[in-house]
Amino acid sequence: MTAALEVHGLRKRFGGVRAVDDVGFTLAIGEMLALIGPNGAGKSTCFNMLTGQVRPDTGAIRLFGRDIAGLPPRRIWRLGVGRTFQVTATFGSMTVAENVQVALMSHHRRLRWPWPRADRLDAGPARDLLALVGMADQAERGCGLLAYGDLKRLELAIALANDPRVLLMDEPTAGMAPRERAALMDLTARIVAERGLSVLFTEHDMDVVFGHADRVLVLDRGRLVAEGTPDEVRADARVRAVYLGDRPPSEAGP
Amino acid sequence: MDFLVIQALTGLASASSLFLVASGLTLIFGVTRIVNFAHGSLFMLGAYGAWTFTSGLGWAAHAGPLGFWGGVLLSALAVAALGALVEVVLLRRIYQAPALFPLLATFGLALMIEDLVRLVWGPEDLLGPRAPGLEGAVTILGQKLPAYDLALIALGPMVLAGLWWVLHRTHWGVLVRAATQDRAMVGALGVDQSRLFTGVFALGAFLAALGGAVQVPREAVHHALDMQVIVEAFVIVVVGGLGNVVGAFLAAVLVAELNAFGILLFPRIGLVLLFLVMAVVLVLRPHGLLGRPEGETRAAVPPTAGCWRPAGATGWAVGLALAGLLALLPLVADAYVVSVAAEILIFALFAASLHLMMGVGGMVSFGHAAWFGLGAYGAALAALGLGAPMAVGLVAGPLLAVAGATVAGWFCVRLSGVFLAMLTLAFAQIAWSVVFQWHEVTGGDNGLLGIWPDRWASDPAAFYWVSLAVCGVAIALLRSIVFSPFGYALRACRDSVARAEAIGIDRVRVQWLGFVMAGGFAGLAGALYAYLKGSVFPEAMAIPVSIDGLVMVLLGGLTTLVGPVVGAVAYKTLAIVVSSWTDHWPLVLGGLIVLLVIAAPDGLAGLARRVARAASRGAGPGGREPAS
Repeated sequence: MTAALEVHGLRKRFGGVRAVDDVGFTLAIGEMLALIGPNGAGKSTCFNMLTGQVRPDTGAIRLFGRDIAGLPPRRIWRLGVGRTFQVTATFGSMTVAENVQVALMSHHRRLRWPWPRADRLDAGPARDLLALVGMADQAERGCGLLAYGDLKRLELAIALANDPRVLLMDEPTAGMAPRERAALMDLTARIVAERGLSVLFTEHDMDVVFGHADRVLVLDRGRLVAEGTPDEVRADARVRAVYLGDRPPSEAGP
Repeated sequence: MDFLVIQALTGLASASSLFLVASGLTLIFGVTRIVNFAHGSLFMLGAYGAWTFTSGLGWAAHAGPLGFWGGVLLSALAVAALGALVEVVLLRRIYQAPALFPLLATFGLALMIEDLVRLVWGPEDLLGPRAPGLEGAVTILGQKLPAYDLALIALGPMVLAGLWWVLHRTHWGVLVRAATQDRAMVGALGVDQSRLFTGVFALGAFLAALGGAVQVPREAVHHALDMQVIVEAFVIVVVGGLGNVVGAFLAAVLVAELNAFGILLFPRIGLVLLFLVMAVVLVLRPHGLLGRPEGETRAAVPPTAGCWRPAGATGWAVGLALAGLLALLPLVADAYVVSVAAEILIFALFAASLHLMMGVGGMVSFGHAAWFGLGAYGAALAALGLGAPMAVGLVAGPLLAVAGATVAGWFCVRLSGVFLAMLTLAFAQIAWSVVFQWHEVTGGDNGLLGIWPDRWASDPAAFYWVSLAVCGVAIALLRSIVFSPFGYALRACRDSVARAEAIGIDRVRVQWLGFVMAGGFAGLAGALYAYLKGSVFPEAMAIPVSIDGLVMVLLGGLTTLVGPVVGAVAYKTLAIVVSSWTDHWPLVLGGLIVLLVIAAPDGLAGLARRVARAASRGAGPGGREPAS
């Protein structure tokens, strides 16, 4: 088996709007796959169906062969899928290290116990993960005091806590300065290579997409309009049409 | 059969008055996102005002229908003006605050109004005049129905039609509806939000007062009307869907008919029925019959300042030293002071248990007294029914509370924010009415008497030491739970539900467990309370006790861990001192709550921390994060 994720015939309607309409693709093992498209193309809906936040109307999502469509986020996470949020979601009343520790404790199914003191549980592995994303020196800081770029790296550390096989990243570099963006994506690429992860990410920044994706999916109005390597997608007339507005001759009216 | 028709018509007449109150409440919530706890007070003021204008002053009594309806209208207009004033002076400051604060502020207002009403109109029930021209009865199917009831039946749909017209056919109404859907957008379009909010609040107050004023010919005016009405209005608004006027109308009819027929069919469990219907509706349709799911609701409780750290060796040493000092109290104080101190300890535990739920779990409870009361009744029943020793009673109480909280919690954690808070209130009212109406077991109104501690603990000093030991250990346990893996899970769900779910945490289960734990510790406090007082009454689980708990937690500081204990001590001491000076404790308490919400939302502990930080900043660079 070579696919980490196989998606078939994914659909979601909101009222009369077909937010995602018959989308299918494959995420190969070890691949970094970008999902792009203009605003309103259905990226977020599609992404949220993969993470379990939105339940698909129809369609199959196979994680290493197992159908996970319609499962709640926590079950999908237990099956080995880590995720980061577009707008960072961390635990503001905890330190940086504790944020990672909670994820680790959850992974080790320790969170049900009202005993013992938890701040020493999984402290070592948490520190290792923070070192991996270059945050070891900030472990004891309050998470509410972090700069935005650091929060994004913390998110990455949390997402790695369950030793995932697949990583889903929703606009990983949104809100960051250009140099930070490149650094974060280089870091992600290194971790992906070291750990044999497969990554699907949505992204607005084209430098990030063309610089770091192995393959690119292009969504427009809920449908997949193009798929291929960055170079293929860059040259694709339909993609130009989607982004620049000029329709290719075959679709133009008389 | 004929009788049933009349009963249904009487129900419809009551529905009109209820709809007037509820429509105001729902409009105000829709636009300002404030749940106005003082809405029942506006209803009550409307009734008192109408009584004054139509019979109290005398002149209107001779002016016929014009005098009567003029008086009703005048009263409603006066209350509308008062509503506008309240909005401008108080509420405008707290629109952005977490949902808990406006609820508390308006509750403080309700306390003040109730006490002021007693000052102005006296404690006796007042009987209003009949409506001139509508004194007689109409015969329907051989049964008599007061003509005034028919007029009321017509009034409800008329007001609904009027509101619909205002909301859909006037420019102002369009703005109100737009603001109900998206406040920020309306603001961004350059609409003066302050004026819009003031107008909506005045309209809501007008409707509430009108509802009270038209009830004057039907029932006596008294100063407990506010709580009676607000609870029913809450049920209606929640069942109908917060912010939805048509939903409020449907729910008002439903509730009024439930009241009318519930009394016939199940005279004993009428109140329970009401809240059961609400619980069922909320579970099936979490946003009410016609309500829509909210997009991003604001947090119910404020975020914590800085990180919570475990106490460490020094912290525990200080705690132990403090307990040792407290243990010396009976050696220097008389029996009265010692028993007051035991009561303060018990309420410190009660507040700490509420803090586990609100401060740690992020779930606002307006019905925490239910578990306190169940604990008290559990202990009392074990002591009286089984003749069990105190040790057994202190286990039986928390067990009963845990059983109750397990059932209620299952429903409550499916909701969040103000919806959760209102459902806790509903369950507390269910528990209260069961206790109040189940005479054979609970003694109803008369309570249960003669619950005394074992002989070895019957001396005030001995009982104080028992209380100190039990409460001390329980509070230490609560604190260690906060820093246990489960405590982290609970905080994770409070800090970010999305992230918690995304790292495999089952939010519903974690919050349910937290809810039950908090209930159990409250039950332990209640059981001790039963032995302290030697008796239990339904008041132990009534709304004021829930509010006492909320004020203690808030006074101490919701975002700190020592807050609830500090708050309980400060609050109880204040209550005892003020009560010895004046009969107007509610007025003082109400004012205190309002002041607290506006001036020190982070409580005494937060205030102390701010002062300390300012001082240390003055002394030199000391940028350490606060430990609490």
